[in-house]
Amino acid sequence: MGGYGDVQLLRDDGLRLDGRKLDESRPVTIEAGILPAADGSAMVTHGLNVAVAAVYGPMEAHPRKIQRQDRAVIDVRYNMAPFSTSDRIRPGFNRRSREISKVTAEALESVVLVERFPRSKIRVEIEILAAEAGTRCAGITAASVALADAGIPMRDMIVGVASGKIEDTVVLDLDKAEDNYGQADLPAGILPNTGEIAFLQMDGDLSPEEFDLAMEYNFKAAKEIHEIMVDALKARYDGGDN
Amino acid sequence: MSQGRSGAEQRLVTPGMAIGPLSGMRVGSGAVTHNGEIIATKLGWVREFNGTISVDPISSPYLPRSGDLVIGTVAEVRNNLWFMDINGSFQGLLPMSLAPWKVEFGQARQHMNVGDSALARVQEVDECHNVVLTMKGIGLRRLSQGAVIEVPVNHLDRIRGDNNNNLDRMKDVSDCRIIVGENGRVWVDGSDDGIAWAREALRIAKEHGHKDNFKSIMEQHEKKLTKKGDA
Repeated sequence: MGGYGDVQLLRDDGLRLDGRKLDESRPVTIEAGILPAADGSAMVTHGLNVAVAAVYGPMEAHPRKIQRQDRAVIDVRYNMAPFSTSDRIRPGFNRRSREISKVTAEALESVVLVERFPRSKIRVEIEILAAEAGTRCAGITAASVALADAGIPMRDMIVGVASGKIEDTVVLDLDKAEDNYGQADLPAGILPNTGEIAFLQMDGDLSPEEFDLAMEYNFKAAKEIHEIMVDALKARYDGGDN
Repeated sequence: MSQGRSGAEQRLVTPGMAIGPLSGMRVGSGAVTHNGEIIATKLGWVREFNGTISVDPISSPYLPRSGDLVIGTVAEVRNNLWFMDINGSFQGLLPMSLAPWKVEFGQARQHMNVGDSALARVQEVDECHNVVLTMKGIGLRRLSQGAVIEVPVNHLDRIRGDNNNNLDRMKDVSDCRIIVGENGRVWVDGSDDGIAWAREALRIAKEHGHKDNFKSIMEQHEKKLTKKGDA
């Protein structure tokens, strides 16, 4: 993050290199129920990111040492496909995917009513098929829709959004160049109905004012993406009784 | 589930969506209260019945309850008990003492082996979700013929219909014996054509069970078998 100094990320007309405004998100599309074998599934495209999430369970937690007598455990596996970036990624778990799996699981545990399923496990698989900065956010959004699709009870859905700083300017939803050459990145998991924050990470430095503006952008984007999530779930059951 | 929605505010809600103020209403399944508001916890249809607001989920895992009639498949056999997959989070335990046969210790496998299906009843579910099954009761038996078909648990009411109307009709048209397990498994036994027809009928229920025109789709499907029979 940052440190490359002279890379120009903002055009002279004040727009970003891809023509977006400062508070404009990349286009998002969401489709629910794409995998017939899973209990719930979803695919999210966020700019050039493509994330697929599958949910299985609740099922008996194995091995037994991971069981909790009073609640379910959420087992998240985040993985980037080897072909998801221009440089081939070595398949398998690595430090980064382990970290993202952990923060995603902790975020989801805060919204899923885990106390309803003691000794159980809810398995969430997130596969990133194409990556262009912001995969953890696309992944958590996909996981959230997949959990709702699986009928798992939740207090709210989580929307993954990110803001950051490029050329001393706060912008919403960093793309690959902005992520690589920018000064800060602030991904957040937001509960759109209650306005609570389920996870928050920061890479780089932001002043308190910049942080507030970045969070304002994040909340704005969360509302917009949440509407797309709801539409995707409703579209899955198109022709229903409404 | 989907029946009995009469007079309700028919709208689809997603988890976290506010259904309305609490104002004296009771909260049923699929919803919780938060700051005086009723919040949906599942994707489904809002239902108001007798002053209780609940959400009929569109998809839902099977949660066993005492007394449920279930169709299980033997997953594991021990000397004196069977573990059965009942389509839930946990396997059901069928002890030798609750089997319909007189079983000698170590002889359990001779009565039912891994992969066999059986009609059983949930005897007990404890707070840790341990499930004990029983096969002592009228009609509870090993299923040695026919086909077991899986359907979504939340569509069972649609498959049965009011007073079992849909189910009785399905039995008449297909000329099959059909038993619906509460765990989303349906046992069908009859002629090959009848089973094939029932399988297709259940597939239709799985895909269109939540739709308004479900009844008319089923009627069209009924005509298919009637026509075949006439020719």
